[in-house]
Amino acid sequence: MASVTLKEVSKSFGAFDVLQSIDLTIEDGEFIVFVGPSGCGKSTLLRAIAGLVPVSKGDVFIGGEQVTDVPASKRGIAFVFQSYALYPHMNVARNISFALETARMAKAEIRQRLTRVADMLKIGHLLDRRPKQLSGGQRQRVAIGRALVSQPQLFLFDEPLSNLDADLRMEMRFEIAKLHAEIGTTMIYVTHDQTEAMTLADRIVILNHGRIEQVGTPRELYDRPANRFVAGFLGSPRMNFAPVHTDTSSGLLHGPSGFVFATSGTGSSQPVTLGLRPEALEIVEAGTAQSISGTFERAEDLGYEHIAYVRLSDDLVWTIRSTEPLSGHARGQAVGLGWQIKDLYLFNEAGIRVDVEAARGPVVAVQS
Amino acid sequence: MRNRETRTAWLFLLPLLVALAAVAVWPLVRNVYFSFTNAFLDNPSEYSFVGLQNFITVMEDPVFWGAVTNTMIFTLISVSFETVLGFGIALLLHRAFAGRGLVRAAILVPWAMPMVVSAKIWEWMLNDQFGLINKALIWLGFLDKGIAWTADSSLILGTVIFIDIWVTTPFMVLLILAGLQLIPEEIYEAAEVSGVPAWKRLWSITLPLAAPAIGVAVLFRTLDALRMFDLSYVIAANNEKAMTMSIYARDQLIGFQDLGVGSAASTWVFLIVGLIAILIVSLLRLDRSTA
Repeated sequence: MASVTLKEVSKSFGAFDVLQSIDLTIEDGEFIVFVGPSGCGKSTLLRAIAGLVPVSKGDVFIGGEQVTDVPASKRGIAFVFQSYALYPHMNVARNISFALETARMAKAEIRQRLTRVADMLKIGHLLDRRPKQLSGGQRQRVAIGRALVSQPQLFLFDEPLSNLDADLRMEMRFEIAKLHAEIGTTMIYVTHDQTEAMTLADRIVILNHGRIEQVGTPRELYDRPANRFVAGFLGSPRMNFAPVHTDTSSGLLHGPSGFVFATSGTGSSQPVTLGLRPEALEIVEAGTAQSISGTFERAEDLGYEHIAYVRLSDDLVWTIRSTEPLSGHARGQAVGLGWQIKDLYLFNEAGIRVDVEAARGPVVAVQS
Repeated sequence: MRNRETRTAWLFLLPLLVALAAVAVWPLVRNVYFSFTNAFLDNPSEYSFVGLQNFITVMEDPVFWGAVTNTMIFTLISVSFETVLGFGIALLLHRAFAGRGLVRAAILVPWAMPMVVSAKIWEWMLNDQFGLINKALIWLGFLDKGIAWTADSSLILGTVIFIDIWVTTPFMVLLILAGLQLIPEEIYEAAEVSGVPAWKRLWSITLPLAAPAIGVAVLFRTLDALRMFDLSYVIAANNEKAMTMSIYARDQLIGFQDLGVGSAASTWVFLIVGLIAILIVSLLRLDRSTA
């Protein structure tokens, strides 16, 4: 078990900066998820912690020890790869125990650890098989077993579930969460899947363009995103955005048609974008007071939830999500979108979320 | 439907079968046929059957057995060196470094040259009076006077082996490199992270996973070496110390015009090479898919 500290870690490949001055502290026993769009540097950051890629600048500490120049093999970590990276010419038992054999561990001890790991992951009946003879889910279990058996102080997962189908992914997600609860070892988990991030993480690290956008618990990031990127990244369907402008003389914020919002003054942090999550909107009759007006586009019935698309302007379509059916409107029909102040997010020019005090709340539509 | 598909399949195979019959099966059959006759090359239409006489003649000829021994020594040593060197160089080239593409292309040059040209170049470089190699060795103080590498009977087979290694190692490098590049990088990383040291990764991961590629390369090279003709012929002509099985057969057939004995010698070569090929294939289990 170990904490991990990154101090101004940067990594460049030639002129391309993959990681830019990353500062991060991970507590002992935490389950941390790195998430972000592809190319954001999350895998590179994980590999830098593992020692599989050298950092260009900065320092890596594991368990309080500076390991920046320590080779991967001496960092006391275990790494689970997206491709599983099992040894194709060895059976499952050998795959799991290979590193222990190499370290000249006593046969009895190896046997004992192998049995325990196999029991834990329910792969005892597969020990004689080659990786080729296993399904994707079984391979992933073996890969996790291989990581477990060395009893590392830090687990690193690089998109371990990306090659599995939806059902298996859910099952393995559950297994990984259970594993962390049982052994309590620090885990760092990279994914591009926000569901995995939200469900597994104690804290999520959101990365974009080689920088950390925000670090926090899933709830914090969802409720209080630091910026427009985080707000748009978490949540499915994603948050609806629209441009707003402030009328400096009246102090009114003007948004998409029908949206007017009175503030007590915005100061220097003038919001330029507003955001409302799909579940914060409801379809109301056209012309309803304080509603945003648009035209109905289409509805999708997913059984457990309902999605509707409403066009606000030529290049702006918003998504509405509800547990109630959203059909019953004709395509092209004029509708209103009801919303509440508590659900409103505002972002300034730099994309940073700003708290704008509501003076009088939404005002009755004064068409701008 | 099924019948028609089968017929179409045969139709597509026909050109190949005709070509194979014309250039491989027919000459082979003719060769075996002539080996039972006393035909001579100046008038091959007049002959009578002599049974196994030609095979016995070849078997009783110590020169033939000398040629067989030479070929075996040549094959064993040159293929061994080429495999080890080829594997080593392939490992070096497998690592990414600046200018790798250039090195990879440059290393192929010896192999891309016609063997006769390479042999001639080395013959000149190894000349006892004017050769570059002797000059260099004398200048470095290893020798007092030049050695006749290609004339001295005790050195000539070694010289031939040396030149062959120089010429064909690139071929081995290329085949083994192709095999190495099929091994996913993440497997090494997985081993590295779990603390498996580099030599163990080489021994327990690279070697077994590259084994099929190395096996194919060894098979190709062995069959090639067993029928080697050109190199020895250019360097040693008819010197019995470097005579290969192919040269022996050629001498009987063309040199002595003895079509019968020459064919019998060729048939012997065919049988020996075939036997060794079967041996290697079953030893390496190349016919089975390696897991």
